[in-house]
Amino acid sequence: MMELERWGPSKFLPTSRLLIVLAFVSCLSCVFVAGRSADGYTINGRVKIPSAGAKGFGLLGKISDVKVILNGGQKVTFLRPDGYFSFYNVPAGTHLIEVAAIGYFFSPVRVDVSARNPGKVQAALTENRRGLIELVLEPLREEQYYEIREPFSIMSVVKSPMGLMMGFMLIVVFLMPKLVENMDPEEMRRAQEEMRSQGVPSLSSLLPSAARN
Amino acid sequence: MAARILAVFLLLFLSAAPLGSSLYEDQVGLMDWHQKYIGKVKHAVFHTQRSGRKRVVVSTEENVIASLDLRHGDIFWRRVLGANDVVDAIDVALGKFVITLSSDGSTIRAWNLPDGLMVWETFIRGSKSSKSLLLSGTNSKVDKDNTILAFGEGCLVAVSSADGEVLWKKDFADASFEVQQIIQSPGRDVVYVLGFVGSSSFDAYQINGKNGEVMHHDTASFAGGFSGNTLLVSDDVLVALDAAMSHLITISFQGGGLSINEKPISNLVGDFAGPVEILALKLGRMFALKANKLITFISISNDGKLDVLEKINSAAAISDALSVSDGRHAVGLVQQVDNKVEFTVKLGNDWNTNLLKETINMDHQRGFVRKVFINNYIRTDRSHGFRALVVMEDHSLLLVQQGEIVWGREDGLASILDVTTSELPVEKDGVSVSKVEQNLFEWLKGHILKLKGTLMLASPEDMVVIQGMRLKSSEKSKMTRDHNGFRKLLIVLTRGGKLFALHTGDGRIIWSRLLESLRKSEACEHPTGLRIYTWQVPHHHAMDENPSVLVVGRCQQNLDAPGILSFVDAYTGSEIKSVGPVHSVLQVIPLPFTDSTEQRLHLLIDAKQRVHLYPRSREALSIFQQERSNIYWYSVEADKSIIRGYAIKRTCVHEDAGDYCFEPRDLWSVVFPGKSEKIVSTVTQKLNEVVHTQAKVMAEQELMYKYISKNLLFVATASPKASHEIGSAIPDESFLVVYLIDTITGRILQRMTHQGCQAPVHAVFSENWVVYHYFNLRAHRYEMSVIEIYDQSRADNKDVLKLVVGKHNLTSPTSSYSRPEVVAKSQSYFFTHSVKAITVTLTAKGITSKQLLIGTISDQVLALDKRYLDPRRSLNPSQAEKEEGVIPLTDSLPIIPQSYVTHALKVEGLRGIVTVPAKLESTTLVFSYGVDIFFTRLAPSRTYDSLTEDFSYALLLITIVALIAAIFVTWVWSERKELQEKWR
Repeated sequence: MMELERWGPSKFLPTSRLLIVLAFVSCLSCVFVAGRSADGYTINGRVKIPSAGAKGFGLLGKISDVKVILNGGQKVTFLRPDGYFSFYNVPAGTHLIEVAAIGYFFSPVRVDVSARNPGKVQAALTENRRGLIELVLEPLREEQYYEIREPFSIMSVVKSPMGLMMGFMLIVVFLMPKLVENMDPEEMRRAQEEMRSQGVPSLSSLLPSAARN
Repeated sequence: MAARILAVFLLLFLSAAPLGSSLYEDQVGLMDWHQKYIGKVKHAVFHTQRSGRKRVVVSTEENVIASLDLRHGDIFWRRVLGANDVVDAIDVALGKFVITLSSDGSTIRAWNLPDGLMVWETFIRGSKSSKSLLLSGTNSKVDKDNTILAFGEGCLVAVSSADGEVLWKKDFADASFEVQQIIQSPGRDVVYVLGFVGSSSFDAYQINGKNGEVMHHDTASFAGGFSGNTLLVSDDVLVALDAAMSHLITISFQGGGLSINEKPISNLVGDFAGPVEILALKLGRMFALKANKLITFISISNDGKLDVLEKINSAAAISDALSVSDGRHAVGLVQQVDNKVEFTVKLGNDWNTNLLKETINMDHQRGFVRKVFINNYIRTDRSHGFRALVVMEDHSLLLVQQGEIVWGREDGLASILDVTTSELPVEKDGVSVSKVEQNLFEWLKGHILKLKGTLMLASPEDMVVIQGMRLKSSEKSKMTRDHNGFRKLLIVLTRGGKLFALHTGDGRIIWSRLLESLRKSEACEHPTGLRIYTWQVPHHHAMDENPSVLVVGRCQQNLDAPGILSFVDAYTGSEIKSVGPVHSVLQVIPLPFTDSTEQRLHLLIDAKQRVHLYPRSREALSIFQQERSNIYWYSVEADKSIIRGYAIKRTCVHEDAGDYCFEPRDLWSVVFPGKSEKIVSTVTQKLNEVVHTQAKVMAEQELMYKYISKNLLFVATASPKASHEIGSAIPDESFLVVYLIDTITGRILQRMTHQGCQAPVHAVFSENWVVYHYFNLRAHRYEMSVIEIYDQSRADNKDVLKLVVGKHNLTSPTSSYSRPEVVAKSQSYFFTHSVKAITVTLTAKGITSKQLLIGTISDQVLALDKRYLDPRRSLNPSQAEKEEGVIPLTDSLPIIPQSYVTHALKVEGLRGIVTVPAKLESTTLVFSYGVDIFFTRLAPSRTYDSLTEDFSYALLLITIVALIAAIFVTWVWSERKELQEKWR
């Protein structure tokens, strides 16, 4: 019955508070309750965001930016310092609650407010169809909006276009002579002579300073 | 910077592009900018008593509550309430809470003053709608049992300001009792509730402030009847107007019983005609009367005598009375004198002395003063100083102090109605290309720094320098056209009737103009802007002229109200000419024809479906006459569930400008069964969209031809129950029907039913596909569907031989009248969020793959690759399909946080997203607006045709140097080797 203590703060209309207590006594499976008054019900719930201290944001600053939205914008409410929220005067029916919080991904929640059994409310996450015993909304995951810069590694340089150019050049410079060396010297000479006779310009003859030959 | 030479090279090395665009954290602000606004201020409460931060808390017409820094006008915090949650009153309680009364007085919320955290929320449920009033002990001293009195929905509620607990509630359920005022008399715990019963009886209740019991009830009747509002002049006197608006009634209600006096207004003001309005000053035993275009200040003496204090011109704003010291009240007055504004502060009980008189130079583009809020402070010499928060006609907010405008906020930009773009002027010879690149050393140094950054060798100080360098880059904010088409002017029309031109580079305002034709005038009482169109885009032969835009407005809210047209120069903002009030404007159709001065022909359709041609010139008329038989349009009558198509019949008979007016001829109509289907959404393609290719190559060398027609209309209808909000319908009686209708012939090409689904429907139409978002009641999730339409009549053209021989029908003209053989493919997926707006990226040539831009309920913009919405997705795509890029089917669309184009920012109150193609094919410009505005540049398939911003030129240079060095080294080696060879 620790939860009951939590509901204690006198922020609710007396009628709904009474109903909450009654509901606690009557059914354990539905902890959050729609208090009935006049023609509408009240949906009470709570948004729980794991302490984001590690990311450098104060929890307080975060909570004030969170919006809770009923039925795609029909009603918008904000969180109290303890994370609780309420929608008042909600008609019976099946509703959708969404939580808008930068940095977190919340699943929308389907909430059934029943007219036949006032006080009996069912909720389920629509993303994974998981039923909720109490209307405590927790983010499914944190959202990282930026790509993380890969730490500098030699591979990233090698993979870049420039790196590939350099790599290719190195291969040509160092591996080609090796390949040439492995060739049969006879064949090599023949090939060289052929080249000379055909007048294929060698690298040295291409360079202007090599014209002294 | 676009070195396209390298682009092809780069393409080869690009690893498989991930879906969606993403951003590194240090790239924020390079291509995007974000501006925060609050909207037109309705109420303001200063909080300057305590030492520390001086602030002003405001509520606005955009339902924003914000705390502003009084020194600079920055936003400390801001909360955007829901669209239906209109703020009625705000106040500060206990010196630490901001109290707001909203939703017609049914919701009271307390916000923590320093950080805007909601502390408590209380809901009042009453029995009827009524005025909503809020009384909190602002003026009284802070004590523990500080209560707030709120009146809403016919209930008076006392709420503890510390935790929001309802202390007592008194329901004035009597339907005819109309509460006008609530007063809490200081010192005594008595609350007075004053109001009318019927039209001629006045009731006053005295209520015990401790428990809400009625202590005393007085009633008095007045034969003349009451009209309009009442004003509280002091703690015991009320002023009202009689039903005929000819007499002023003063009601004094304290000291036992009610006494009613009346006095003819003409005695005070002299002869007058027209409406009379009484203006509240709140306390100070005086009030103002607005009649005869004059504001008359009237004071009431203790014995009920009315004295005229002063008469001023009505183009003035008056602040509420501010209690200065020992019971004296000061009133702030702001008057317009030519281009200047006169700020006067007067004492209530000594009207002839001015506490302050300042003259401030005011930009006349801000229009008239609309509202003023004053606040006092003690100067160093112990005298009273005053500052005033002024709300102008263009919705801007200014702080005036010591004869100067300390700061100003352009809050008109919080209510953008429509956006268009304009090219910047071409760079002229003689203008230096770029100052950055003139100094080679500086340039190299910058790039070395960048290289250090990429190699993670830079110190934190270096990083700051690098970031500053990137953000400041003068390149992006230059006032000339650039090669890539990134620099443009965004021309936005705001609700205040002001036109702004924003630079896409950094979001600064280039010019702003309060449109004369959209201001209130004799002929046009409540003008509103509607849309903005590009009117003239000079190129080729009309290069010297400036481009211009057409602003279309309306005189009243109703559709058949006369329209206003205004033509504005896009470079200077000057109004070239304005027309109107003219015929009503229901629709504006830009035609694909221009005249010799590059003015685009526009058709304006009025409420009687008559067509008016603009520009009104002989030349335009002759162009139009040639094309007249090819012009078709349609109208959507959502309330009657009818869509009608029209063509032109003949020139108007009874119109003055007969030559330019044409009468319609009914062609077709699609009548939906009104009892079972209501039109909830209609969407067409964007007129400026370019489609690159009609053919789509499928896997296995299959070829499909897209059915591309600019004349397709997507219509979504819903069953009456399903057209309301979510939560009220049940799946069995809800269904959604979507249609694709040819708007030339009225032929329905495709019809699809979604059982158990409901509105709201948000849709986007592009090329040969429609994507729409709706709510599935059975699964209780949002869904998105795609429909793609292909032309079957051209499907035979696959044979290469036929193509070579020429036996194909590809060149035959397509006509809406030829019966199209179309085949539609469709698929649906779940989507997590509610959607506020949806659009698609547009590129210059239409080659780049498309992304959907989805404005979610959390006010973010998500980029979703179109490939996710492809009817050909299947659970197990074949190898060929995989190679083509078909993604395996999943039941819901992925939400990748990195593909939020707004990254960690929110566009509060998001209303629309606009995409504009850049000249560079890969890139599109995105502007989203709401209360905030956000601009960014997107490359849906990465920037394959240019180098990215963070391309390291230094690395390229080093590579080249290294290559040259290597050439020399190898050359020396080969020389040596050759020599050795020769010696051998």
